[in-house]
Amino acid sequence: MDVTVADRAWFEQEVLGLLPELLGSARRLTRHPEDAEDLVAEAITKAWIHRCSLRERDRFPAWIHRILTNLFLSRRRTEASRTQEALLDEELEFSLFERLHQPFLLWWGSPEQDFLDRLLREDLVRAIEALPERFRIVVVLADVQGLSYGEIAGSLEVPIGTVRSRLARGRAALQKALWDHACDAGLRARTLAERPDHP
Amino acid sequence: MSDLKPINCDEALRLLAAFLDHELRFDEGEGIEHHLQTCRSCFSRAEFERRLKGEITRLAREEIPPGFEERVRRLLGSFSTLSAPEPADGSQA
Repeated sequence: MDVTVADRAWFEQEVLGLLPELLGSARRLTRHPEDAEDLVAEAITKAWIHRCSLRERDRFPAWIHRILTNLFLSRRRTEASRTQEALLDEELEFSLFERLHQPFLLWWGSPEQDFLDRLLREDLVRAIEALPERFRIVVVLADVQGLSYGEIAGSLEVPIGTVRSRLARGRAALQKALWDHACDAGLRARTLAERPDHP
Repeated sequence: MSDLKPINCDEALRLLAAFLDHELRFDEGEGIEHHLQTCRSCFSRAEFERRLKGEITRLAREEIPPGFEERVRRLLGSFSTLSAPEPADGSQA
């Protein structure tokens, strides 16, 4: 098949337009800037080589994200046997909302909304990157890439119940990390101190 | 008349994550939506979880570091010299 000018122009336009999202996904998955850039470059190359298998061009964003994710996962499967990852507490249940919410303040303020107002991007990135990999990947695929449970199960080759379980535990661990960081940084103390009933 | 089966707070919280992920069946979604309209505590919890999820979703975009777009443009430029595309590798859409 000939490489037409229109073909190349379309591909370039799509890729360059999606670069912030591709790099965002790659950064969340790899946690390393250089690895993320390499992963994006590899995904772009593979997408170009296999572009003829994309039947509907309006599905290009989801398609190239899937290529990127699959490249990452296949690389991790190779490395997984050589690495030991930290495990999450099997029974971990943690709700940031329950720690922050003060029902008696309902009409005067909202500590949980104040908390989110003060939340920095770097706080979230740090909390996600601290998650054990199997949980981080599911949280990234669900909340960053917006994949359905079925799509995640397909990518990871695990049952949907496993996706639900990892997502629940990953999110609980993420919220606990945000809470711990907030306590360390004094954010929670500030939030409480600004409440109208606080001395 | 709706024959919607009411759910309590425990049930609503059990379904909340799947509700926010758009993973519930229609009847389950209707049940929790109705509960959230009538329970301020669960509504506050749902709004908090929805907003936190939104904050995480915003991490989907990364600022392009200096030099990376140029690297990608060079990569794209090199594609013109590649031979014809290979057959599909199973990653069809």
